[in-house]
Order: sequence, then C-alpha cells, then structure tokens
Amino acid sequence: MTAAGLAVRLRRAAPFALDVAFEAPAGSMTALFGPSGSGKTTVLRAIAGLQAMDEAQVSCGGEAWTDTAAGLTLPPHRRPVGFVFQDYALFPHLTVREQLALSMGHRPAAERAARIDALLELVRLQELGDRRPAGLSGGQQQRAALARALARDPQVLLLDEPFAAVDWALRESLRRELVRLQRALSLTVVLVTHDFEDVAKLASHLVVIERGAVTASGSVQALTGRNAVPGVGGWREPAIALDAVVDAHLHDRQLSVIAAGTLRLEVPAIAAPVGAPVRLQVAAREVILASQRPEGLSLHNVVEAEVVAVEPASHEALRLVHLSVGDIRLLSLVTVDAQRKLALAPGKPVLALIKAVAIEAFA
Amino acid sequence: MDWTALGLSLRLGLVTVVLLLPLSFLLARWLAFGRFRGRGLVEALVALPLILPPTVVGFYLLVAFGRGSPVGAAFESLFGQPLVFSFEGLVLASLLVNLPFAVQPMQNALAAIPPNVRDAARCCGLSPLQAVRRVELPLALPGIATAAVLTFAHTLGEFGVVLMVGGSIPGETRTISIAIYDRVQAFDEPAAGSMALVLLVTAVIALGITNTLARRAAGRTGP
Repeated sequence: MTAAGLAVRLRRAAPFALDVAFEAPAGSMTALFGPSGSGKTTVLRAIAGLQAMDEAQVSCGGEAWTDTAAGLTLPPHRRPVGFVFQDYALFPHLTVREQLALSMGHRPAAERAARIDALLELVRLQELGDRRPAGLSGGQQQRAALARALARDPQVLLLDEPFAAVDWALRESLRRELVRLQRALSLTVVLVTHDFEDVAKLASHLVVIERGAVTASGSVQALTGRNAVPGVGGWREPAIALDAVVDAHLHDRQLSVIAAGTLRLEVPAIAAPVGAPVRLQVAAREVILASQRPEGLSLHNVVEAEVVAVEPASHEALRLVHLSVGDIRLLSLVTVDAQRKLALAPGKPVLALIKAVAIEAFA
Repeated sequence: MDWTALGLSLRLGLVTVVLLLPLSFLLARWLAFGRFRGRGLVEALVALPLILPPTVVGFYLLVAFGRGSPVGAAFESLFGQPLVFSFEGLVLASLLVNLPFAVQPMQNALAAIPPNVRDAARCCGLSPLQAVRRVELPLALPGIATAAVLTFAHTLGEFGVVLMVGGSIPGETRTISIAIYDRVQAFDEPAAGSMALVLLVTAVIALGITNTLARRAAGRTGP
C-alpha cells in the first residue's frame, strides 16, 4: 500500500452550489468537517468518481483522476480508493470473505486467501469471515466495510461518517481501531464527519466546509489554537487539540507523562508504549491561571506560560486567553474579573494549572 | 387429452421465457436506474397488456402482423411465410403480452438494491458489467425467478391473444388453452377436464416455485 497525497478542486452550480479546493497530505488523516447538507459527502463521492462536477481536478500522488479541463474522468473502478459508506453498503448476498475477494480483482487469485486472512485479522473479524452482513453487529459491519475498502490496496481511504451509525460506547473503540490502522499502514485518509470529536481525536488536518465552500483549512493543532475557526467556533466549546507522544510511565504513581514540544503533562496512566503518539485535548474552561505557584492542591500540572492574546469569548463576562508554552498554544477561559485581578495582557508570564483528569488523551 | 397442444404450449412457454428474460432485464434495469424524461410513458406502455382486454391486444397484433402491415410484409419477404397464424407469430405476440409479467418483478427487485451498494461495487474495482454480474444479478435473482415463472404460467394460459393472432391450427398454433375451448365446444368434457387439470396443477406448482425461491433468496441474505 503506497500512501499518496490527494489534491482536490471541485466546482458545481446545481443542485446546490459547491466550490471547494483542498489537499489531503500523504499518510495522514484529513477531516472534512461541517454541518449536515454542507456538501461533504458530495465531495467524497466526487473524489471516488461517483459524482460528476461541472469543473473538477482530482489528482493523487501526481496522477490525475479527474481533470474536466482535459476531458479526463477515470471511472470509479479504475481509481485506487477504498470507500467506507455511512451505511457500510455491504453486499447482502456475500459472506465477509467473499466481499473481500470481490475487491481483490487486481491480485493474482493465488494470493487472495492469505490476504483475506491478514485483513480479517487486522480488523479482528477472523472468526466471522463466513458470515453474511445480516449476521454481524453494527460494529462488526463497520469493520467488515473497512476491511473490504482496504482489500483494494487503496492509495486513499475515503470514510463517510464512519461512526454515525454506531452507538456512543462502540464509537470510542472503533475510533481507536481506525487510528491504529491508519498509523500501522500509514494510510492517506479523508474522513467526512459532522462530529467534532472525530476531528479532535483522529484527524491531523481539518477542512471546514459550510454551504458548499471551504471556510477554514489547516492542521488541527493550529486551527484549534485559534479562537474562532469559521464553522467550528459555534459548534464546540474552546479546546485545544495537540499531537503529543508518550514520554514516560510513572508506574508507582499510576501516571503517564506526555510531551508536546517543551510542554510536559502528567495524565492518568495510558496504555501505550513510550514513544507512541497521543492525541490530547484540553478544554479552555479546565485551564486555571495563577500568578504564583499554588501549594497543597491535588494538582499535577503547573506549566509556565506566557499570555499571547486576550479575546472576547462566547459570554460577555468571559475572556479567552491564548497562552504559549514554547511552540505550543494553550487556551484558558477566565472571567473578566479574573483577567483584571491578574492583569492578564499579552507578554505577561503566568502559570497554567491543569488537572491531570482534565486532559483527554487518545492513544 | 391433446398431447400435441400441451407440447406446443410448453414449447411456446419455454421459448418465450428464454427470449424475454434477457430483453426484459435490460428494460427493467433501464427503468429502475435510468433517469430520463418519459419514463412514466414507457412504464405505462409496458403495463398496457395487463389492462387491455386480450381480444383487443390480439386484434391490434393481428393487424400489425398482417400481410398489409410493414412488420408482416417484412417477415414474409424474409422467411417466405406469413407471420399471422404461425408459431413465430405466436412467439412474438407472447413476448409482447408477457412484457409486464417479466419486467415488473425484475424492475422492483433492481430498484430495491440500495444505491450505495451499487456504488460500493464500483468502488470495489468492478467494471459496470462485472457489477451487474456479481452484485445486481444475484440480488435481483428472486425477481428474475418470479418473472420466469409468471411468464411461463401466463403463456400456458393465454387464450384471447392466441386465438386472434394464431387461430387454432393443430401443431402450429393450437395451444392447450385453445384445445380446452375446442373440446368444450365439441361437448368432450372429459378431455377438456383433464387438460384444465394440467393447467391448474401447473399454476399451483408455479406459485409454489416462486414462493420457495423468494424465501430462499431471503435466506441467502441472512446470516
């Protein structure tokens, strides 16, 4: 499986206007985020060649898949994409093994059985390969759909709201599975979602689509460090998402240390080896600011930071304080009163107090 | 018991099924998936034989197949025999009047395939033709079986159209339905009764087969 980056430029006038351009970097997960009906799924279908556009340029690793200017449109079955549909779209008449075999037309027949075994193991469906979709639970169907998409050895994996049809409890474990697969295979993934949790936990790049247009795009880390990302601000409370690594395990204290740049944080022990990548989320409301080192608290994390900016927040009595810890940005939501008492202004050194349990670590 | 008539009816039924199913599958697929203007009109034309009295259908076909019509004249110049009152004419009439029985079950079965499943077939690397063979045909199989059984049973029972287009030539156009009528006219009730029983049993078996196939198809998509 060779990961390749994707460059997309689409324009359509009817039935609703769509005009988007973005790139999905090779070997990483890009989220197309926006409200329902914003055109995200249409974009995904256009990448797969299932949807025609008035004007379109889609290329993958430098190879053009669609170029309306040159009159080129590769049919869907010639595009090395794996598509996981929102409703999974499994073939009801075929067993899981048969579905995977169907997607392996590009492989010599002799290789297929072994490859099917490997894929079933990858998605943990070894025992269920001979079942038809009706005999699988929702989560198992989702993993079968993922395995079928991977069976094509795609250069790009396209996921349309992959967790929308499963309940909340299962969603978390399926997210972990996806992250594990994406990292293990260094896949290029384009994920369509209207749930910011997916973005914060999974994606490294974010493209916000509203009413058929891109309103923001960039790395998740950079975008969540901004106060108001168009199309996102109203959707979630301010929080920062960071890419970090496991730095150490403090077994005797049942804690783990994770590091992002010069920022080091203690969190409840996480089950990932030292050096493993971790996605952190810290909500602005969970970050307390102090001018002196506090004593006698249950607190684990006291971080030296500098105020970068103070911005109005969603409520007039609140302020959103942007902090820098080396290259890393943090957000803190404080009252106007607290801002006055601490004289918070750009350039002011402060201590950011973060409870270990307030840090969401997704490994 | 008119064995020649029974043999002729079975032959007509088989020829009709074999010729009609592939043509109807294409038409059904076009109607199920195509987006075009005038689809309602095409669907109405396909359904027409369901509503029109068989004698009316038969009358128009008789006119259309006659020597004076382009179709009849073309057939006669090609094969050196008239189309009306011939087995070939019966087959052609049978294809037309059975269109709704063949097209509608297949169209319904194809339309019931979720669009995403058809798209998924393409995204799995199947060409349009492979997608038909590996995904659409198997999923539409209950509809195809229903179409075959209904067409066959309906062909055995057709009376009005056959009488109008084919008349009652033994071994050529006298089907079992015509033979029953013929025997009743001749006050030969035992012969009419035994042939009627054959058609009755055939109809029951046909319905049994369709129901079993439909159930089995439902089982195929089970665990």
